[in-house]
Amino acid sequence: MVKSMSKPSLEKVYQWLEEVKDPEIPVLSLVDLGVITNVTISDKVRIEMTPTFVGCPAIDYMKNDIIETLNKHGQEAEVDINFKKSWSSDLISEKGKIALKKFGLAPPPDSKLFTDLEILENAECPRCSKTNTELRNPFGPTLCRAIFYCNDCKEAFEQFKPV
Amino acid sequence: MNNEALKELLYKMADDQLILGHRNSEWTGFGPLLEEDIAFSSMAQDKVGHSLALYTILQELGEQDPDTVAFTRNAEQFHNSLLTELPNGEYDFSLIRHFLYDTAEALRFEMLTQSSFEPLAQLSAKIRGELRYHTMHANTWIKQLGSATTESITRLQKSLEYALPYALGMFEKSPFENALISEGIFAGEQVLEDKWKRKVEEVLAQTQLQLPAWDTITPHLGGRVGKHTEHLQPLLDEMSEVLRIDPTAEW
Repeated sequence: MVKSMSKPSLEKVYQWLEEVKDPEIPVLSLVDLGVITNVTISDKVRIEMTPTFVGCPAIDYMKNDIIETLNKHGQEAEVDINFKKSWSSDLISEKGKIALKKFGLAPPPDSKLFTDLEILENAECPRCSKTNTELRNPFGPTLCRAIFYCNDCKEAFEQFKPV
Repeated sequence: MNNEALKELLYKMADDQLILGHRNSEWTGFGPLLEEDIAFSSMAQDKVGHSLALYTILQELGEQDPDTVAFTRNAEQFHNSLLTELPNGEYDFSLIRHFLYDTAEALRFEMLTQSSFEPLAQLSAKIRGELRYHTMHANTWIKQLGSATTESITRLQKSLEYALPYALGMFEKSPFENALISEGIFAGEQVLEDKWKRKVEEVLAQTQLQLPAWDTITPHLGGRVGKHTEHLQPLLDEMSEVLRIDPTAEW
């Protein structure tokens, strides 16, 4: 049990949540990833979150990480994982997209444009920023990534999938 | 809301996802090419994840926890369709099954986004987006290999004819069909089957594969009421092996 300090502001809680990163992409906070769907503060901090992919194996890890981080700031926290608000790659913030690119992952294009595999054909290479690329596999090393090849860099890269 | 009807629907969907998820995972390390190895492994992870989410809803309705439900039931307590439990066979069969099953699965979740049972409608809205990758994957390969060489076409044709009676078994009617429909939980197997046939026809028409007339195919039923082929129990034995050796193991 953590002894609660004074009631924090919503802004403060989001600031703390910025410290919690995606375990697979340590440059991207859960806030920028868009998986935090609601925060309420009463006797404790209640956080609602939703997974990027239903089968994401990192979800429990993220949940525990949130609780630990808030405990560290003297707050008791509870995390509810639900699907009330469905995650989409469009929920990744602009700051998050820049972080993804720096990390070497192509950010996802607008998911509303995604109606056929053809749309996915030319991702922007995170190295050279050009689109002389091809989709090698819509499935990648994690559920949220696809594998591309850059014809200019002559190297493979991964894209955070639009969904 | 009719809880018995709802549970029956959730169990058959969750069991389908778990069993085919397990079959897909058997391709890990054995895919005909690396990309397909990764694709089937990813789809396995998705499907097993979907089953967990569905078993979690069942737990909220009073059923046992997901691990107990997934790992301790015997074959006759499973409600998956026979199609999902058949061994992987060669890649042509796995691909045909993937196409026939995932087409139905995507349509089922699409329909369920309209469900009057809110937790299922919310989950379905999420799963629907993920399944676009699965159906696109299936359609891409069926279109390519269904029009490629004599060998690829002959193999797929043979697998298609073998799989179709099992595929029609996916739409085996529930004893709660009327309750599900009248309560707006699910529009029913018949509606799904009709939508599925149109979609299968549409994709196969873009290949050199021949779809037999629907009325010449006799569905293989029984999966939904626990009457399975000899292939399910060995799969369950393998899936639950660690748990049976050491129920307290962390893995």
